[in-house]
Amino acid sequence: MSIEAVQVSPRQMTWLRRRRALLRVWRELRHDRSGFTGLLLLVFFGVVAAAAPLIADRSELLAAAGRNNPDLAAPSAKFLLGTDDIGRSVLSQLVWGSRVSLFIGLLATVVAVVIGSTVGLISGYVKGRVGSLLLAIDDFFLVVPFLPLAIVLAVILGRSPVTLALVIGFTSWAGSARLVRAQVLSLSERGYVERARALGANSRHVILRHVLPGVAPLIIANATLIVPGAILTESTLSFLGFGDRLSPSWGKLLDGAQSSGSITLNAWWYYLPPGICIITVVLAFTLFGRALERIFDPRLAGR
Amino acid sequence: MNFLYVTKKLLSAFLTLIAVVIFNFFLFRVVDRDPLAKYRGRSKLSIAQREIMIERLGLNGSKWQQFITYIKSTARLDFGRSFDSTRPVLREISDRLPATLLLVGISTILTILIGVYIGARAGWQRGSRFDRVSTSATMVLYATPEFFFGMLLLAFIAGRTGWFPTGGLRDVGADTSGFASILDRAHHLVLPSLTLTLGYLGSYSLIMRTSMLETLGEDYLTTARAKGLRDRDVMMRHAVPNALLPSVSFIAISFGFVIGGAITTETVFSYPGLGLATADAIRNTDLPMLQALFLVASSAVIIFNLLADLTYGLLDPRIGRAK
Repeated sequence: MSIEAVQVSPRQMTWLRRRRALLRVWRELRHDRSGFTGLLLLVFFGVVAAAAPLIADRSELLAAAGRNNPDLAAPSAKFLLGTDDIGRSVLSQLVWGSRVSLFIGLLATVVAVVIGSTVGLISGYVKGRVGSLLLAIDDFFLVVPFLPLAIVLAVILGRSPVTLALVIGFTSWAGSARLVRAQVLSLSERGYVERARALGANSRHVILRHVLPGVAPLIIANATLIVPGAILTESTLSFLGFGDRLSPSWGKLLDGAQSSGSITLNAWWYYLPPGICIITVVLAFTLFGRALERIFDPRLAGR
Repeated sequence: MNFLYVTKKLLSAFLTLIAVVIFNFFLFRVVDRDPLAKYRGRSKLSIAQREIMIERLGLNGSKWQQFITYIKSTARLDFGRSFDSTRPVLREISDRLPATLLLVGISTILTILIGVYIGARAGWQRGSRFDRVSTSATMVLYATPEFFFGMLLLAFIAGRTGWFPTGGLRDVGADTSGFASILDRAHHLVLPSLTLTLGYLGSYSLIMRTSMLETLGEDYLTTARAKGLRDRDVMMRHAVPNALLPSVSFIAISFGFVIGGAITTETVFSYPGLGLATADAIRNTDLPMLQALFLVASSAVIIFNLLADLTYGLLDPRIGRAK
């Protein structure tokens, strides 16, 4: 037994340790009622988004698909959530919309997390001119109102889903850069970072091998909390006219519901479902993200 | 609060403003390589007219010359003419500014008052019924896009009861002066400001609750209790003022979100302010309008942040005291 244990390489040991840490997170999550509910909801929407082609045929989104259907028809056996103003099934659009909304939300988050962590890591670790320049840029992006900025960028750069995701990501990294920077500042004072530096490690090595693993939990928890913001921003931008009506996100559905007068016509099946989906997914991400925060940062427990 | 502190804050606000102006040029003239391509009537322009448009948009000469022209005209508050209405952008904006100031002003005051109250009480009575209910409610409020609130209010209050108008600034044909007109305008403001307030109440009260929790363990609260103060007095006189301090800067940062909220809220209620102007400018790709609207929104946030910093200086005697 003991001989075997000695033969485990450092790399394997690291992975064993990580696996154990992951199991601990999972156990704590199981006991965190709101966080686990959030996770279950996310799994549900993830499955719906992945299985969209099995639930509704993509051709139902085409403008021509609704030609022979009644416009703004109330829910029926054929259309469980009624039809929109050009006769397309609302349910089919909702199911396919989950793909668009989640895709844009997640891609935007990846962009925001990459920019935010890079700026946070460098501005926290590197002192001097580079550090203060990055800090000033971060300050600037904290002040500039992000929705007007996102609008301007989206008008200039184009309205495709990928562009929207890039624009949203580019406008929502400032807060996480600030968080990461604060964590890096406190980690840099720890013994093991100083030891690595004393042993002659360069900045790149210290940042990637010692500081990044230390801030990784924070980055993950923070990312989970950026997603809901990104989904809300996407819905807002789509509501204001960006996005594609033939491949609508939930926000775009609300835009269609608003501009087709479904509210005055009492066509609740058109405007309620997408709104409820947005609220549920945003809530789910928030609950899940806050639970992760509590698990990674025990000081927050009990709040 | 001393002179140095105020000067420093004023200077930093001014520098940020300059940075925004330069950034604006960068967005509309460098990121956007051919602004004229977005002008919808461009195919009908004769060569001479095209020259005039280029001149008018300040697109002639090198980027550096364009930058000088841009700075000069921005300093004169000359933002050119709207692509859509062809009226001067400055006129469009100054016509619509009061309506938005009113809406955003009322909503911000309401949101701060109610949000601080809920957050302070929830944090003080952590784990109580009030805390549990209000925290769950604020999470749902936070998760709801504000324009969806607007749509719900339109559908279930304005539509079903007819108590409030469904949009606009005032009734068509109503008296535009006197007391009746003030009532009429207030009547039109109720649902939009309720929408904006509900939309941002969640984040404000969560901020206040968090900073209230930060203060709970502080020694001065124990001291206050030991002095025999009633619970209410300990909270109002000692905990709330201290918890307000960190909230001030967070609330200032969140103000940027309220500006964004005004855009969709005004769209839902066809409330003719700068928000609706922004939505129209998006649909018409009206670059001169967007450029100016972006400047106005950024300046508003910068000014609000400056006010927050100055308030902070007033509230916290440690800040800016001469050493």
